[in-house]
Amino acid sequence: MTALFADHTLRVVALGAGLLGAVSGALGSFAMLRRQSLLGDAISHAALPGIAVAFMLTRSKAPVVLMLGAALAGWLATLAVMTIVTRSRIKYDGALGIVLSVFFGLGLVLLTLLQKRPDASQAGLDRYLFGQAAALLVDDVRAMAIIGAGALAVLAVLWKEFKLISVDADFGAAIGLPVRLLDTALTSLLVIAIVIGLQTVGVVLMSAMVVAPAAAARQWTNRLGPMVALAAGFGVVAGVGGAVLSSIVARLPTGPTIVLALSGLVLVSLLIAPARGLAWRALRRGQHRRTVEADAVLLDLYALALQHEEDLEHGHDEAVLRAMRGGQINVRRSLEKLAQAGLARRTGHGRWALSAAGRARALEQIDHAGEHA
Amino acid sequence: MSPQIEVQLIAVVVAVAAALPGTFLVLRRLALVSDAISHAILPGIVVAFFLVESLSSPVLLIAAAMTGLLTVVLIELLGQTRLLKEDASIALVFPALFSVGVLLISRYAGGVHLDVDAVLLGELAFAPFDRLVVAGHDLGAKALWSMTAILLLNVVLISVLYKELKLATLDREQAAVLGFAPATVHYLLMGCVSITAVGAFQAVGSILVVALMIAPPAAAYLLSDRLSVVLILGGVLGAASGVGGYWLARGIDGSIAGSMAVVAGLVFLGALLFAPQRGLAAQLHRRARQRWSFAERMLLVHLLHHERTPSAAEETAGHTVHRHLRWSERFTAEVIRRAEAGELLRREAGLLQLTERGRQIAQRALLELDERDGLGELGGRDRRRRAGRTIPGGAVEE
Amino acid sequence: MSRGLGDRARSWAIEVEDLTVAYTDKPVLWDVDVSIPRGTRMAIVGPNGAGKSTLVKSILGLIRPVAGTVRILSRPLDEMIGQVAYVPQRSQIDWDFPTSVLDMVVTGTYRRVGWLRRPGAREKEQASDALEKVGIAALGRRPIGQLSGGQQQRMLLARALVQQADIYLLDEPLQGVDAPTEHALIGVLGMLRDEGKTVVVVHHDLQTVEEYFDRVLLLNVRNIADGPVREVFHDENLRRTYGGRVGLVSRPQRRGSPGIDAVKG
Ligand SMILES: Nc1ncnc2c1ncn2[C@@H]1O[C@H](COP(=O)(O)OP(=O)(O)OP(=O)(O)O)[C@@H](O)[C@H]1O
Ligand SMILES: [Mg+2]
Repeated sequence: MTALFADHTLRVVALGAGLLGAVSGALGSFAMLRRQSLLGDAISHAALPGIAVAFMLTRSKAPVVLMLGAALAGWLATLAVMTIVTRSRIKYDGALGIVLSVFFGLGLVLLTLLQKRPDASQAGLDRYLFGQAAALLVDDVRAMAIIGAGALAVLAVLWKEFKLISVDADFGAAIGLPVRLLDTALTSLLVIAIVIGLQTVGVVLMSAMVVAPAAAARQWTNRLGPMVALAAGFGVVAGVGGAVLSSIVARLPTGPTIVLALSGLVLVSLLIAPARGLAWRALRRGQHRRTVEADAVLLDLYALALQHEEDLEHGHDEAVLRAMRGGQINVRRSLEKLAQAGLARRTGHGRWALSAAGRARALEQIDHAGEHA
Repeated sequence: MSPQIEVQLIAVVVAVAAALPGTFLVLRRLALVSDAISHAILPGIVVAFFLVESLSSPVLLIAAAMTGLLTVVLIELLGQTRLLKEDASIALVFPALFSVGVLLISRYAGGVHLDVDAVLLGELAFAPFDRLVVAGHDLGAKALWSMTAILLLNVVLISVLYKELKLATLDREQAAVLGFAPATVHYLLMGCVSITAVGAFQAVGSILVVALMIAPPAAAYLLSDRLSVVLILGGVLGAASGVGGYWLARGIDGSIAGSMAVVAGLVFLGALLFAPQRGLAAQLHRRARQRWSFAERMLLVHLLHHERTPSAAEETAGHTVHRHLRWSERFTAEVIRRAEAGELLRREAGLLQLTERGRQIAQRALLELDERDGLGELGGRDRRRRAGRTIPGGAVEE
Repeated sequence: MSRGLGDRARSWAIEVEDLTVAYTDKPVLWDVDVSIPRGTRMAIVGPNGAGKSTLVKSILGLIRPVAGTVRILSRPLDEMIGQVAYVPQRSQIDWDFPTSVLDMVVTGTYRRVGWLRRPGAREKEQASDALEKVGIAALGRRPIGQLSGGQQQRMLLARALVQQADIYLLDEPLQGVDAPTEHALIGVLGMLRDEGKTVVVVHHDLQTVEEYFDRVLLLNVRNIADGPVREVFHDENLRRTYGGRVGLVSRPQRRGSPGIDAVKG
C-alpha cells in the first residue's frame, strides 16, 4: 500500500479524486435535498460547450480557464431552465431534458470543429466527455483544491441561512432573508461542485458524484450537519478507492469505477442504515406482526377461558387455537412469545392457559378497544 | 439513392420515431426518463454485442429494450422505498448502469468495433455504408430499414393505444377507474422509448436521442392544445430538425448528430419566443396591451368599493387616488383620462364617480375571475384542478 | 373598512389599503382594504383559492402587490420585514428535510442571531421553552419527518413564538388537527392575546369562529366584510363570501348553529 502511494501519479490522482469526492459530496447534499439532482445532470452536460468555447477563445488548456467556461455555460443552462419553466407551460423535467441535450449537442459540434483545426491540440478536451483521472496534474489538483475550499467556506459561512431556505423558503423570506440571492448562491455552489469534477469523471457521470454521496448519507442520519459530513466522507472513500483500484487493475477507467463504488455505497445504505434501512424496516415489520399475532392469540385464550369460568387454570388445546385463526397466523410461535412474556403457560402436552398477568393484559386490551369504538 | 439523401432520410425517420413517444413523455412529465433510458441501455447493448458480435442485430434491440424497462423498474423500486426523492432515484440509476456499460467495454471489448464514443455520440455520416444485402441485392442502408421498422412499431402502438394513452396522460386516476391499466400502458410506452433509443443510438448517439424525443414535442406543445396536433406537429418539427441539422453540419463541417440537437433546440427556442399565444413575444404584447385595461379595471373596482362609504371623499378624489393605488401621478392621470373617454367614470366636484357602465364593468371584473384560462383539452387537467380547489368545506385539498 | 387616521393610527397593528395582487395577469386579490386593531384575535375566512394565504404573504412582504400598501404598526412594510411572526401553511415545508424539531424552532431566532453567527445556548433555551408552551417539549430531538400533523402544527407555532413578535400571522394552523391539539393551540393564542399581542388566523372551520375570535375578515378575492364577529359574521355575508364563486357550500354540522348553516348560492 505504501509503495502504491509512493507512485507520484497515483498520489496526484487519488488526491484529486478524494478532494472532488469531498467537495461534491458536501455541496451535493444541498442539491439533493432541494430536488436539484437532475439539475446537476443538466449542468454537467451543459458545461461541454463552455469548455470548448473557453478553449477556442483563449487557446489555453489551463484548468482554471476551462472551469470558468464550464461554469458560465452551466450557469446559462440553469438560467435557461428557469426561464422555460416560469415562462412557458413546459415543466421542469422537459426543460431539463431540452437544455441538457441541446447544450450537449452544441458542445459536440464545437468539439468536432476543434478537431479539424490544424493546431489540433484539442486532444485534451476529449477527456471532459468521460473524464480521465489518470491525466490529472498537480496544477489541476491545486486549482480544484483552491476552488473547492472556497466553495466549502461559503457553505460554512452561510450554513444556517442555506439550511433555512432549503427547508422552508417562505419562512426565510418572512424573517427578512434575501431568499432569491441565497438561492442563487446555493445553485452557484452546485455549479462549482460540478465544474471541478468534470476533468476527472466527465460530463456524463458527474451528476452521480453530486447525488450519490448525499443519497447514501441521508439514510444514516436525520441531521443536516452529520449528513453533509458523511456525504463528504463517502465521496472521499469512493474517490480515493476508485482511483487506486483503477490504477491496480488494468483497463478499469476511473470515473465509472468511482461511480460504481458510490452506487454500492448507496445500495448498502438503503439496505442496512439503522432506522431507515430496508432490512431494519422488514425486521420491525416482522416484530410488529408477531406482537399483533400474539395479542390475537392472547384474546382467543381469554375467550376460551371464559367458557370454562369455573376453572381459569384449565388448559386449552393448541389445535383449537389454531382452528380459531383458520391457519392465518403462527399460533405456536405466538404462544411461545406469550409464555416468554409470562402471559401464558403450558399446562400439558400441547395445552395452554393464561397466567394471571395474561388475564389482566387481555382485560386491558378489551377496555382499550372499547374506548376506541 | 445517394448517401446524401439516405442520411437525410435516416435523420427524418429517426426524428419522427423519437418524437412520437416523446410527446407522451413531455406531457406526462417523464421527459428525463428518456435521458435515463438512453444512457442506461448501454450495458444491454454491450452484452448483446458480445453475444452476437454485430451492431445491427435485432438481438441488440431486444436486449436494450429489456435494459430500458429494467431502468424504469429500478427507478420505480427506489422511489417506492420512499427513502429517496424521485429525481434522486433517476439520477442514481442511470449513471450506475452507464458505468457498468463503460466498464464492460473497456475491460472486454478491446479491439472490437464498439467504443463508448460511438454509442454516446453516434455518427450518422457512416450509416449509409452499412448496407442491407439480401441474396446479392443491395436494399439500402441497414439503419434506414431498422429505424423505419421502429417508426412503424411506434405508429402502430400509438394508434392502437391512442385512447388509452391519451386518458392515461390526461388523467391517470380516471384511466384506472375506467378499467384501463395505466401501468401496462406505461410500460408499453417505456418499451417504445427504449427500442427507439437503441435504434437511434447508432445514428445520433444516446444523448442526442433525448434532444429529438423532447425538444420537438415540447415546441409543438407550445403551439397547440390538441394531443393529435401535438403528435403530428412534433413529428414534423423533428423531421425539420433532422434535415436542418444535416445541412448545418455540412455547412460548418461538424457533427451531424450535434447539429441536429442544436437545430432542434433552435426550433424550440423559436416556439418559446414566437408561439402565437403562448410565446414570450405574445406574452409581452398581451401584457402591454392589457396594462391599460387592467389598470382601468383596477381603478373602477377601487371606486366601486368606496362608493358611498365614509372614506369615499378621501379614496376617490381625482388628485389623491394615485396614492391609494400606489401609482405614479402621471400614470393615474392617463388611466383616468382613458376611463373618462370610455365613459366609465366622470368627475363630480373633484371626486371620481362611476357611470352605470363603469359600475357594470367593475362588477363583472370581480365575478369573471375564475372563468378565463380556457385551454384546449391539454389544459384540462389544470382547469379541473382549479375548479376542484374552489369547493369550500375542506373536502378537496391539493 | 374603517381606517384610522392621525392619532388613532397608533392603535392599528396592520393596515392594508387598496391591495391588489396578481400572480399572472389575473388578480387573486382585488382592492382589499382591511385594518386590524392591536391586541385583537382576528379570523380570515373564505373558500379555497379565495386569496387568504396570498393576503397573509402580502402582509409579510413575501409577495409584491400590483397596487396598494401595507403598514405594520403604523410603519411602512419595508421597514418592518421580519417583525411579524409567521406560521405558514404546513404544505410549504419539506418535511423530509434532515433536521430536528428543536433546530427547526431555533430558526425562528435567526433574525435576532443575525448573519455569520450561530445560534447558541440561549436560543436553544428559548426554543425549548416554546416547545414546552405548545406541549411537545419531549419531541425536541425528533426528526421533523416523524411528527404527526398536529405535532407539526405545534412545532410551527413554537417557531413563531420564539420570533418574539407583537403580531402573529397563522395560516390554517388548525387544519387537520385533533381536538386536544386544537385546544392546546387555541390556549396558546389566548395567552398571546393576554400579553397584548395581535393574532391573525386563517381559519376554515366556520363553527368555531365565534368561539375563538373577536374579529373576522370574510374574504373572497375582495373584502366581503370585516369587523367584530358579532356584527359581520352572519348568513348574508357568508352567502356573499362562499356563494358567488361556487354553487354549493357544505359545512360540517358539528355544533349546529342554525343561523349559518349550509349556504347556497
Ligand atoms: N404561486 C402562485 N402562482 C400562481 N397562482 C397562484 C400562486 N399561489 C396561489 N395562486 C392562485 O391564487 C389564488 C389564491 O390562492 P391562495 O393560496 O391565496 O388561496 P387560499 O385562500 O389560501 O386557499 P386555500 O384555502 O386553498 O389555502 C388561487 O386561485 C391560486 O390558484
Ligand atoms: Mg391558503
